[in-house]
Amino acid sequence: MSVQTIVTWAVVAAIFALTVKPLGTYIVRVFTFQPTILDKPLRPLENAVFRMFGVDRDSNMTAKQYGIAFVLSNLAWMILSYVFLRMQGILPFNPQHFGAINPQLAFNTATSFTTNTNWQAYSGENTMSYFSQFANLGFLQFVTPAAGGAVGIAFLRALSGRKLGNYFVDLTLMCTRLLLPLAIVVGLIMVGQGVPETLAPYLHIHTISGQTQVVPRGPIASWEAIEHLGNNGGGYTNANSANPLENPTPFTNVVQTVAMGLIPVAFFYAFGVMTGRKKVAWTLIGVAGTIFAVLLAMIYVPEHLGNPLINALGLNTHANMVGKELRFGIGGTSIFETATMSFTTGSVASAHDSFLPIPGLAFFTAMFLNLVFGGKGVGLINMMMFVIIAVFLMGLMVGRTPEFLGKKIETREVSLASIAFLLHPLLILVGTALAIALPVGLKGVYNPGPQGFSEILYGFSSAAANNGSAFGGLGAALPFYEVALGVTVLIGRYASLMAMLLLGESLLRKKTVPVTSGTMRTEGWLFGGILLGAIVVLNALTFFPVAALGPLANHYLLMAHHLF
Amino acid sequence: MRLVRPILGVTLGLWLLLGIGYPLAMTGISQVLFPSQAQGNLVYLNGRVVASRHVGQYFSTPQYFWGRPSATLSVSTGKPKPYNAFASAPSNLGPTNAALLNTIKARIEHLLATTPGLTVNQIPASLVEGSGSGLDPNISPQAAYIQVPRVAQATGLSEVFLRQLITQSIEAPQFGLFGRSRINVTLLNIQVYRMLHGGT
Repeated sequence: MSVQTIVTWAVVAAIFALTVKPLGTYIVRVFTFQPTILDKPLRPLENAVFRMFGVDRDSNMTAKQYGIAFVLSNLAWMILSYVFLRMQGILPFNPQHFGAINPQLAFNTATSFTTNTNWQAYSGENTMSYFSQFANLGFLQFVTPAAGGAVGIAFLRALSGRKLGNYFVDLTLMCTRLLLPLAIVVGLIMVGQGVPETLAPYLHIHTISGQTQVVPRGPIASWEAIEHLGNNGGGYTNANSANPLENPTPFTNVVQTVAMGLIPVAFFYAFGVMTGRKKVAWTLIGVAGTIFAVLLAMIYVPEHLGNPLINALGLNTHANMVGKELRFGIGGTSIFETATMSFTTGSVASAHDSFLPIPGLAFFTAMFLNLVFGGKGVGLINMMMFVIIAVFLMGLMVGRTPEFLGKKIETREVSLASIAFLLHPLLILVGTALAIALPVGLKGVYNPGPQGFSEILYGFSSAAANNGSAFGGLGAALPFYEVALGVTVLIGRYASLMAMLLLGESLLRKKTVPVTSGTMRTEGWLFGGILLGAIVVLNALTFFPVAALGPLANHYLLMAHHLF
Repeated sequence: MRLVRPILGVTLGLWLLLGIGYPLAMTGISQVLFPSQAQGNLVYLNGRVVASRHVGQYFSTPQYFWGRPSATLSVSTGKPKPYNAFASAPSNLGPTNAALLNTIKARIEHLLATTPGLTVNQIPASLVEGSGSGLDPNISPQAAYIQVPRVAQATGLSEVFLRQLITQSIEAPQFGLFGRSRINVTLLNIQVYRMLHGGT
C-alpha cells in the first residue's frame, strides 16, 4: 500500500470527521429556522418567490400533503425535462447542433434524473446540447436531491416531535442554503484544477501525429460540483469521472469523493441534534462507517493483488488496471468507488464491469443495503427502517414492546418498515428474473458467464437503489431496459419514501413513554452490534442466492482459472 | 389544485437560479479566475493548438511513446477509434472474459515485437490494460522507459537523451500526497516532435 493511498484515505476520513458536526448543526439550524449567516443575502430573495407563488414560510403540511407535493413537483420536473429533451434541436446553447432526443430515451433520462438515479442510456458528449446539460439535467441535479433531502428533513422533524413543515420551503432552502453555496466552492476548485467551464464549442485539434481529435467542452466544472454534492452521479460524458475532462487530477478525485459524502454523513448527525439523541446518531454513524470500511477493503485488496489469470502472464506489475485511470491509482479509485456506491451517487472513476468479482460483490452489497449513509436524507431513512426492524426483533427476543426515541413501535410501524424493506428486493429480484426469462433481456448482456448475469442484476439493483452506475457492458440503450429500468427507478424512489413518511407521521402522533430501567437502549456498542447483525442477516437471507449466481460464482471460477 | 401555483412558481424560481444563473455565473467567473483551465487547458506548438492537456492522444508510430490501450469507438462507424474524446468509453471486458486475456496477450506480443530487447517482466500491466475513459493521458515512468529503445531506433535520438527527457517529464504525486508518479504521453511526445522538427 503506497503512502499516497494511505494519505488519500486519511484525508477523506479526516474531512468527514471534521465537517460532520458543524455541517450537521448547520443543517439543523437552517431547517429549524434559526438564524444562519446566509439569511441576510438570501432571505429576501426566497421570501419574494414564496410570496409571489402563495407559499407560507411558517405553514405545515401533513405527511400525505407533503408526499403529494413531493410527487407532483417531481412529475412536473419530469414532464419539463422530457419536453426539453424532445425539443433539444430548436433550443439554444447547442453549438454542436445535436438533434431531438427520441421518446424512449427521453422518458428513461427524464425519469432517471428526476428520481436522482441518473442512470444514463446515452453518452452525454455526443448526444446532449449545452442547454440539455446545464439547464435541464443540471437543474434536475439540484432540485431532485433537494427534494429527497426535504423528505428526509420532514422525517427528522416527525421523529423529533416537530410538525412536518412545508415541502416547498424545505425544497428551496435545501437548494439555496446547502447545495448552491457548496457547489460554487467545489465548482471553482474543479475549474482551477483544469475542468473546462465554457460555452465555446468543441475543440477540433490537429495533433502532432497528424490526426484530428474532437475534444468536448462546455460548462463541465459546474456540472461536476452538483453531480457529486447532490449524489446524482450523472456523467457529463459517457466515461463519467474516469474521463480526464471531468476528473483531471488525483486532487479532483479526492474533492469529488468528499463532495459526495459531506451532506449524507452530516445528515446522520443532524438526526441526533434534532431528536436530542446524539449518542444514537453516533451509533448509526458507527454502523454505517463500519460497513463503509469493509466495502473499501473488499474493493481495494483484490484489485491491488490483481487478476490471477493476468498475473500468470508474468508482467512487471500486478494491480488490476483494466478500466482504471493511471492518475488515481488503485487507492484513489477504490475510495471513489466505495463513496459512490455508499452515498448512492453512481458516478464512476473507472469501469465497474472490469473489476474483479469480490469488489463487484462490494458494489452489490452497497446497493442491496442502500443505507451506508446513502443519498441525503434517503440513506438515513433506510437506516431508520432497519433500526425499527432491529428494535422489533430485540423486542421479540426479550418479550417486550419495542420502543424507539421514546415511542412504542407497534403493528403499523413495523408493517410500514417491512413494506419499505421488502419493496427493494422485490424490484431487484423480479426485474432481474424477468430480464433473464425474456430473450430481449438476455440480448443486452455483454460479458459471457456469471458476469453477464451480474450485468443484469447490477442494472436493476442500481435502478432500485437510485444509484445510477452500471456494469457498463449491459445494453442499457435497448428499449426493454430503457422502459424496465425507468419503471424500476420510479417505484424504487417514491413507494419507499412515501412509506417512511407515513411511518414518521405515525410515530409523531404517539405519546412519548417515559424512559425506565427496563427501556431497551438504542445506542452504544450493544445496539450497534445488533443493528449491524440485523442488517447483515436480513440482507444475506434476501440476496445471497443472486450473489451466489453472479459475483460469487465468478470469483470461484476465476480462482480455478476458468475463462468464458 | 392549490399545489399548482407553488409547484410551477417554485420550479420557475429555482430553474432561473440553478438551471440558468448558476452555470452562466460560474462560466463568467471562471473566465476571469482561471481563463486557461476554463477553456480546456490548450497546449500550443508554433502558435497552433495541438492538445488539450489532460486528454490523451493516440500514438501508434514507432517514433513516439505510446499511451495505454483505448477502447473508444467511432460514433459514426462503430469501429475502433482509439482516444476518440467525442465518445469516451472503457472496454467493459469482465475479469473472466477470454477476450480480455486475448487482447492483453496480443498487446504484449506487439510490444515485444516492436521494442528491441524488451522482456515481459519489464512491462507494467497498465500499459497493456485499457483505461476507464479510453482517454487516459498518463503512463507510468516504467512504461515510458521500456519504450526508449524503440523510439531511439525510429528517431535517431540517443537513448541517454530520451531517458533524460522522461525523467524530466515525470509528474510527482500531486502536492506529494495524492495519486502517483506519471508521465503525460502527449506532452512527452511534443518534446520528441520538437527535437525532430523544431518549434516552440
